[in-house]
Amino acid sequence: MSILINRETRVICQGFTGSQGTFHSEQALAYGTRLVGGVTPGKGGTTHLGLPVFNSVQAAVAATAADASVIYVPAPFCKDSILEAAEAGVKVIVAITEGIPTLDMLICKMRCDELGVHLIGPNCPGVITPGECKIGIMPGEIHQPGCVGIVSRSGTLTYEAVKQTSDAGYGQSTCVGIGGDPIPGSSFIDILRLFAEDGATEAVVMIGEIGGSAEEEAASYIQQHLNKPVVSYIAGVTAPKGKRMGHAGAIIAGGRGTAGEKYAALEAAGVTTVRSLAEIGSALKRRLG
Amino acid sequence: MNLHEYQAKAILARYGLPVPAGEAVANADAVASVIQRLGGERWVVKTQVHAGGRGKAGGVKLVSSVAEATQFATQWLGNSLVTYQTDAAGQPVSRILVEACSAIERELYLGAVVDRSSRRVVFMASTEGGMEIEKVAAERPDKILKMTINPLTGAMPWQGRALAFALGLSGKQVNQFSQLFVTLSRLFHEQDLSLLEINPLVVTAAGDLLCLDAKVNIDGNALYRHPDLRELHDPTQEDAREMAAAQWDLNYVALDGNIGCMVNGAGLAMGTMDIIKLHGGNPANFLDVGGGATKERVAEAFKLILSDSKVRSVLVNIFGGIVRCDLIAEGIIAAVAEVGVNVPVVVRLEGNRAEAGRALLAASSLAIIAAASLTDAAQQAVDAAGGVA
Repeated sequence: MSILINRETRVICQGFTGSQGTFHSEQALAYGTRLVGGVTPGKGGTTHLGLPVFNSVQAAVAATAADASVIYVPAPFCKDSILEAAEAGVKVIVAITEGIPTLDMLICKMRCDELGVHLIGPNCPGVITPGECKIGIMPGEIHQPGCVGIVSRSGTLTYEAVKQTSDAGYGQSTCVGIGGDPIPGSSFIDILRLFAEDGATEAVVMIGEIGGSAEEEAASYIQQHLNKPVVSYIAGVTAPKGKRMGHAGAIIAGGRGTAGEKYAALEAAGVTTVRSLAEIGSALKRRLG
Repeated sequence: MNLHEYQAKAILARYGLPVPAGEAVANADAVASVIQRLGGERWVVKTQVHAGGRGKAGGVKLVSSVAEATQFATQWLGNSLVTYQTDAAGQPVSRILVEACSAIERELYLGAVVDRSSRRVVFMASTEGGMEIEKVAAERPDKILKMTINPLTGAMPWQGRALAFALGLSGKQVNQFSQLFVTLSRLFHEQDLSLLEINPLVVTAAGDLLCLDAKVNIDGNALYRHPDLRELHDPTQEDAREMAAAQWDLNYVALDGNIGCMVNGAGLAMGTMDIIKLHGGNPANFLDVGGGATKERVAEAFKLILSDSKVRSVLVNIFGGIVRCDLIAEGIIAAVAEVGVNVPVVVRLEGNRAEAGRALLAASSLAIIAAASLTDAAQQAVDAAGGVA
């Protein structure tokens, strides 16, 4: 078991023939992902990486029965790509692209919610169920099939958590990068809800960062609904106020969204927090034994 | 991207919204002719900087003669204004906004942001105009009225009327406010704003609404579809090092400490700063070199970090995902040699071919310390910078 994706998941790639789409599709195929084709408008009918290219997501879904899509198209075209996939019936959409306008995401999120689509990202590393399916730009080899679910706003911090859970011998059920934008397609709560119901997930690592109140909202959900151990790290204790720290969403605005507030909310909800990102694995050992 | 007040008001005016008559000048000689065009007996002169708190800092003045206005412009143009929102050096003043003076009856607040929790544009209104909204929110949250905009319908006049009545407006002001609200919402969506504040929104002695101040931030990700707004960017208001970093696609934020940081990934860059602090040191900067940490970008990153004379050691923390750590190690070695780095450099490599990368670093003749773990790296960087601050 896992969440969102598994060995049965049939994946297409939007922006398939571009440099990013090509490189990461090769990596995904090498990992064993069931990539069944791609979409590049105007190149329909051709073959790329030994897979069929389609002019539209609708055509790709009709021919391949794809149920997930990964998007590598440039930011100005992402809204169109996300909505095209959603309207074509794809139920898991992973948007890797960074730099999508915030108001575009408001519309995408609203429509995906209406259609019951899981939109992951944008500005994220993607989703992986180790040993089964890799959708995104994360390095496959650091992952191991296992029992820890990981959800994070940051790419490289996810890799740190993955490595520590692999080194500790637990492995991962599924790892989800929800991305560093102010309006993510999926929130912490959306993913925690899936982990709560997943039989393979015995514990959860949640990695947050400054900005917004998604961690506080997650804390409230964990306290009420999640009966599994949760270990959490929040990046940005030393971040200055009012400065954007790389991610569009990582900013302490109007004095709100500090790491301190988030740690306090998580601790009040019974979450095991670590102040050093190097201690995620050891904290998990304390919780799981 | 932030706009100056005079630029924001020009956009409001383009949407037919009520703003005071006025013009921005770049030299003091132009003040007299502006005042002549405006007429009247009293005017307001306002320094144009990307920071709040201008009034208290002396950057806004009510004047009653051309001489007084010109003197104000002479005093500020070419100088910097320090407010509680700026650093000690302040923000350079290159424009003065000269405006007609308005008789004020009441001061209100009207603002809008993209609310991350509800994932909607949300307007906030308050009778406490002129005050910082964060302060009102902290002290009198009951004084803040909120209205959520549905992206499908846009702002509706009834929402504006509801706010107007709640603010205690009456008569013609109700429809004026409602129209203002609907138009501001249209402006927010059409121009891809991330923040809009009319503070204060005033009721004049004649009973009309007037946008006395305006603050506009634009979503930087949407600038590609607003070439006219991109033109309004004022680089003099930005940190020079952050601007230089941006040219190399590096994300850099200067901090107060003495340990320079170079990291791949924004989250890990923050995490690296935090772990330095946890070991008793102080980070000198946030720096995300991104996924493609090539030799050229690493060299530029070193130059940026070392342009801060406080830096006593540098911690390089790279988690090689797709990128190979041995290639990154080669890049670091070449960059350290090329830039002539003269402080200890502690490097922690993890992930793809990390062993090979560490071996390359250990074999180099440069002052590079290969750390065994992140904790070890932080400790060594703190020690190299002179120990616990």
